[in-house]
Amino acid sequence: MAEANGALTEAVYYILLSLTEPLHGYGIMQKVESLSHGRVRLAAGTLYGAISTMLEHGWIIGASGEAGGRKKEYIITAAGKAVLRGELERLEELIANGKQILGGIET
Amino acid sequence: MRKVIRKWFWVWQFDKEEKWLNEMAARGLALSSVGFARYEFEEAEPGEYTCRLELLAQYPNHPESEQYIRFLEETGVEQVGSYMRWVYFRKRRALGEFDLYSDNASRLHHLRRIMMLLLPLLIFNAYIGCYNLFLYMQNHFAVSLVCALLSLTIAILLGIGMLLLERKRKRLQTEAQLFE
Repeated sequence: MAEANGALTEAVYYILLSLTEPLHGYGIMQKVESLSHGRVRLAAGTLYGAISTMLEHGWIIGASGEAGGRKKEYIITAAGKAVLRGELERLEELIANGKQILGGIET
Repeated sequence: MRKVIRKWFWVWQFDKEEKWLNEMAARGLALSSVGFARYEFEEAEPGEYTCRLELLAQYPNHPESEQYIRFLEETGVEQVGSYMRWVYFRKRRALGEFDLYSDNASRLHHLRRIMMLLLPLLIFNAYIGCYNLFLYMQNHFAVSLVCALLSLTIAILLGIGMLLLERKRKRLQTEAQLFE
């Protein structure tokens, strides 16, 4: 179910990356911030919207958290991983082209 | 100690309202409840809280809204009150930055929701106003004229609000063409 069209948003890309382990909302915000060395700070409303859409697309699913855990946790699905791999290829193309062209230009 | 302030903001001034609430928080007055043009504050450390407000898609007691608010609460956000579909939040600064939106797409989404709140009211008032104006021209009853002027005034006001929101939307839209 990998969507053919276009680029993932930065938020979606990092949320998917962070969900290779089960995390709840706040955990995702913290992990994304640390993965990006503090650069990407997801706001709670934006994160919630992204999670809802990705659940609908089947890119992530709700994970049953540890017993007694009230907070809802999420984890990436096989479809989500496929989307992530597709995005990685796209990003590699962007980087390769950028380096090749800018690399020859004096800045 | 509690402090109640009565203050009026038009719907399209939600940015200004939020800014004002944060100025109060910076002075040590943290929002603790809201009502119609009414804000209640409690004493706090200056700058202890950040305030945000949001127009939800559903009323706050709707299951979808409850789920959303619970999600926010898990990130350290407190719901201090609500008025109709508007919800007021605050979060301790010590728990980190507090924003509801971190990309242009979600800001635009929220803005459109606010515009869709005003649009039906604008159309309704414009229609009632024109209808009464038409009646007045037929029957010359003063009451028709009063109704017409009242509705048309509201419609013009809402129209101005919509124009201001539309300008903001266009700015965001242009920005969104370049940046997330």
